[in-house]
Amino acid sequence: MEMVTITIDGQQVQVPKTSTVLEAARSVGVNIPTLCYHPELRPEGACRVCVVEVKGARSLVASCIYPVNEGMEVKTNTPDVREARKTVVELLLANHPQECLSCQRNLNCELQTMASDLGIREIPYQGAKKNHPLDAGNPSLVRDQNKCILCGRCIRACSEVQGVHVYSFANRGFDTTVVPAFGQGLHEVACTFCGQCSSVCPTGAIVEKDDTAAVWKALSDPTKHVVVQTAPATRVALGEALGMKPGSIVTGKMVAALRHLGFDRVFDTDFTADLTILEEGNEFLERLQHGGVLPMITSCSPGWVNFIELKYPELLPHLSTAKSPQQMFGALVKTYYAEKAGIDAKDIVSVSIMPCTAKKAEAVREEMKSSGYQDVDYVLTTRELGRMIREAGIDFDGIEKEEYDAPLGIATGAGVIFGATGGVMEAALRTVAEVVTGKELPSIEFTSVRGLTGIKEAVIPVGDLKVKVAVAHTLANARIMLEKIKAGEADYHFIEVMACPGGCIGGGGQPISTCEGFRQKRIDAIYECDQGSALRKSHDNPAVKELYDTWLIKPLGEKSHHLLHTHYHPQNRI
Amino acid sequence: MKTVEDLKRMREQLQSQNRLRHSGGTEIIVGMGTCGIAAGARAVMSAVLEEIAKRKLEDVKVCQTGCIGMCEREVLLDVVRPNEPRVTYGRVTPADVSKIIAEHVVNGRIVEELVVGKIVE
Amino acid sequence: MDHIRAHVLICAGTGCVSSGAKKVEAAFREQLAQKGLDKEIKVVETGCHGFCEMGPLVIVYPEGVFYVRVQEEDVKDIVETHLFKGRIVERLLYKEPMTLEKVPNYSDISFYKKQMRMVLANCGHINPEIIEEYVAEGGYAALGKVLTEMTPESVVDEVKKSGLRGRGGGGFPTGMKWGFTRNAQGTKKYVVCNADEGDPGAFMDRSVLEGDPHRVIEGMAVCGYAIGADEGYIYVRAEYPLAIKRLKVAIQQAEEMGLLGDNIFGSGFNFHIKIKEGAGAFVCGEETALLQSIEGKRGMPRSRPPFPAISGLWGKPTNINNVETFANIPQIINKGGDWYASIGTEKSKGTKVFALTGRINHTGLAEVPMGITMREIIYDIGGGIQNGKKFKAVQIGGPSGGCLPEEMLDLSVDYDSLIQAGAMMGSGGLVVMDETTCMVDVAKFFLNFTQSESCGKCTPCREGTKRMLEILTRITEGQGQEGDIEKLEKLAKNIKATALCGLGQTAPNPVLSTLRYFRHEYEAHIKEKRCPAGACAKLAAYNITEACKGCGLCKKVCPVEAISGEVKGLHVIDQAVCIKCGACMAKCPFKAITKG
Repeated sequence: MEMVTITIDGQQVQVPKTSTVLEAARSVGVNIPTLCYHPELRPEGACRVCVVEVKGARSLVASCIYPVNEGMEVKTNTPDVREARKTVVELLLANHPQECLSCQRNLNCELQTMASDLGIREIPYQGAKKNHPLDAGNPSLVRDQNKCILCGRCIRACSEVQGVHVYSFANRGFDTTVVPAFGQGLHEVACTFCGQCSSVCPTGAIVEKDDTAAVWKALSDPTKHVVVQTAPATRVALGEALGMKPGSIVTGKMVAALRHLGFDRVFDTDFTADLTILEEGNEFLERLQHGGVLPMITSCSPGWVNFIELKYPELLPHLSTAKSPQQMFGALVKTYYAEKAGIDAKDIVSVSIMPCTAKKAEAVREEMKSSGYQDVDYVLTTRELGRMIREAGIDFDGIEKEEYDAPLGIATGAGVIFGATGGVMEAALRTVAEVVTGKELPSIEFTSVRGLTGIKEAVIPVGDLKVKVAVAHTLANARIMLEKIKAGEADYHFIEVMACPGGCIGGGGQPISTCEGFRQKRIDAIYECDQGSALRKSHDNPAVKELYDTWLIKPLGEKSHHLLHTHYHPQNRI
Repeated sequence: MKTVEDLKRMREQLQSQNRLRHSGGTEIIVGMGTCGIAAGARAVMSAVLEEIAKRKLEDVKVCQTGCIGMCEREVLLDVVRPNEPRVTYGRVTPADVSKIIAEHVVNGRIVEELVVGKIVE
Repeated sequence: MDHIRAHVLICAGTGCVSSGAKKVEAAFREQLAQKGLDKEIKVVETGCHGFCEMGPLVIVYPEGVFYVRVQEEDVKDIVETHLFKGRIVERLLYKEPMTLEKVPNYSDISFYKKQMRMVLANCGHINPEIIEEYVAEGGYAALGKVLTEMTPESVVDEVKKSGLRGRGGGGFPTGMKWGFTRNAQGTKKYVVCNADEGDPGAFMDRSVLEGDPHRVIEGMAVCGYAIGADEGYIYVRAEYPLAIKRLKVAIQQAEEMGLLGDNIFGSGFNFHIKIKEGAGAFVCGEETALLQSIEGKRGMPRSRPPFPAISGLWGKPTNINNVETFANIPQIINKGGDWYASIGTEKSKGTKVFALTGRINHTGLAEVPMGITMREIIYDIGGGIQNGKKFKAVQIGGPSGGCLPEEMLDLSVDYDSLIQAGAMMGSGGLVVMDETTCMVDVAKFFLNFTQSESCGKCTPCREGTKRMLEILTRITEGQGQEGDIEKLEKLAKNIKATALCGLGQTAPNPVLSTLRYFRHEYEAHIKEKRCPAGACAKLAAYNITEACKGCGLCKKVCPVEAISGEVKGLHVIDQAVCIKCGACMAKCPFKAITKG
């Protein structure tokens, strides 16, 4: 790589020629404050907080986007620079509701941190403020434009990462806003509710819809039997919401904390992840052997399901009919579990802890009532669970680990890797290969489908057949896959798609991180969980076996069809 | 248009079109006062225009003027060649026009027998 | 064949058309036909003369007589008296405002006398919708010359030698810009013409496009050859329908004649031009925002570098110049860079077109050599201040420019002197203000413009100009506070230092320049709650003087019953009730009510 030498605050550094001033500064430990910058998004240089002095430049320059060049002299901490940054933040605050204490992002807000770091003690400008109505018309996300600082990160995440293009700037000058098409609510436009916008929002302008009040209420209701399931990706991220490092594995602590909160049973979505493998794996074999629609595409990610329903309805037959693990779980809790535990399903409140905002919307879909009730009553994101734990005063650091309840808390390593991109594919391959050949696999680690590459491909021998698979994460990559299918260029048998970057570990409901490499750290933790599991293949899950033996009878059977599979329909929103 | 020569040729052809709007060139001034018109200035004017058209003269402007106080000598017609004195012809008839143009305007030879005055500006 | 002895030029620029030029033209055609003069007199529709307030304008050649404010009913007179009998119609001549002298000849009118019309040479002189008229004036010779006699490098060098600087505002050396794009990596390159003229009151680019579109097209084609581009875009605001129409006609005629298209003059050089209509956002005049807009995106500037010369339209090397810049190119090629460089000052070469507006006798377009003084423009060309009022300031450079006071009138008008004085060349808007103009109000006006036209992308421009505007508003309303001037200065300094694009960086200029030269007016508003110019309605106090005869008319007309007094006695205005509407002052037959 071609290097250049530049001087930052008197310190000579060698950096790649393609670096920005910000990257160069950070590489030598000089921290320049930023707001509109996000390490995973294309820099815009819009907020002007990261300005620095460059010798010879006519004005201050935005370091996040300004390229380095040989011999450049940069000063990041001069009186002019400090005054300029402070002025920019004062201006943002002058047009910001001063509601920090009651804001969902209190103590987790970049604007708040910035004001504190820059030592802002008064806001010298008083005048007009934004005044927009709240957009709370959907089950997943709440947008408060009045808290928006117009950094454009949501726009970039939605268009660059997800390729969905829900948001754009509208109007000019002081009236500039970020809006969905025609200023409509998110529920009226082609939003997938993936929540990536809420993950990159530096303030409380886009947050998950908070459902904790309803859950607190259920927990305190003695007539209700409140059960909870925890998605695979939550155990490697919840720690971050409670002050731990990215990649901390907190499975046992989370279970214990949930019991402390008052949940009657603490179960694991990993169980229905294993079940999904058996249903979806058999569906795949069925399609393979009987000329069904191929490639078959996974359907666990509700953001992804919304995407294909919205944008490529003609390709819906490719989608596996298997419900997502959350919804399989919901359906079983109010039928199989209710029967087994001898509890009337109407008295069961089914809560799920998800890394995902789209799961909130999935739970209220019309189709998701196969138990006769709404299968999953409340969906909380990892972030909301973090807040409940803090509210309850639980010492998360000190709490002793506990185990999930049986039987729906019993799971294999194949279930837990659902949380990372490529995990569903790997889990399926572990099972399909053994079911088809009847022989035990020599190695169960399919590393070719792991990792953060946007689209991964592999050819896996399964008996006589070479199964061609592909894995895509982010909706932008999903779009590439679908276009390939439409063009007749996708000779894959099986495709895994996850809406969010990195899979569920990077879900829109996960703790917000701008920390470099946080996705990989969470992914590493997921595979560590897998490796630490006694059982690592879904078809080895004894509780799943029992479920089939005593109740479901067989994969794709009558009961499965009714409870564990669903159908999709085109959504018509612009 | 295929070549730069085509462009040059075209420009040369067209230039006369706009010449009226630039200064320079020979001026023919016809007296169009009441006296002039009564003496047949309009017919002289038409003859001038016809003659110019016939000879395809490009750098000639035809102007009019009012009464200059020599009514009995009307129709008066002046010719001004660049950097030459203004020559006034009197009692000009349409029949004289072709001679004045051929001799004076084109070849610079003053038609002395019709001259009533010269003004050096 | 008939000989055409006279041309009647009728201005068909936007200004004259709106004051009735089309009807005048029809009347001429009818009258000439009636008199049998239509074979010897030609009626020519031209572009703008830049003297729109005097329109419709008619010029009769060969005499070059200039008739102003010609109406349909005047045509008969011109035809009978002038065209038939050769006598000037005195009553339609232009009258000098200072001397009241009538001036028959176009070139003798003081408005035109001191001008050096090079870019505007053909404007008002040829029919812009007939390519032959442009060719007859030497059009496309420059394109022919570069394609057959010059290498692209030597074209760039010639432009460098001319010293031409961008006429759109920034004043960046044009030749250098061309050189950057020429040397940029890539085979596909673009030429873009910025015709998104947005400064309030400025219309020089529109005039050039309406009056001489081929000049711009030729300049772009020369640029295409120089930088190695085969495609050009003209980004023009949709509010300029006539300019768009004439451009379309011009492009089509040039294509038909082989002056645009493939293999021009058999040289192997291809050049095509497309028109992109913009919606007229001010910010789209900023080059990176303009490119975004051509690409179909929201017009928002992006950070530079990379500059468009390296990565412009669709990521390809792109050279952007404005209309006036391109219009300068043909003459530079034809007459040489050295010739061009002989006009103007050391660092500002050639001429600049200004749009004169405000409280000045001659409003309109004036093309002057660089280095002329502001005084010459305002007094010699502009004919001085209206109604004999006193000059107070001139605002130059549009919303990004600054206000210069009387003591700066002898300033040389060139890029660098203007910047030093706290203003800028901008695209050439020149607003003259007299003693009745409040400078705080002027700053407020421009801030209001930049704030509402801010693209909203960067914080300092979006939020900062709003706060400045709020402070200015409260000052003009008598609510100014101690410390407001300091706040304005601090905001201005930081907006200049941190805004993303040139528009934001220059937005505080009107405030800074008025603070620099007219600080006392700000102080009077804040400390004494007084507007020295008497322009700020909320600060105006109406008072009744001893001249009051007690007629009671003011009392009757006052809508809020703020005036009291006995018949034949001195009346008094209750300042607390008065809403400063001014009705009493207008009504008083004895001029007994003053405003101050």
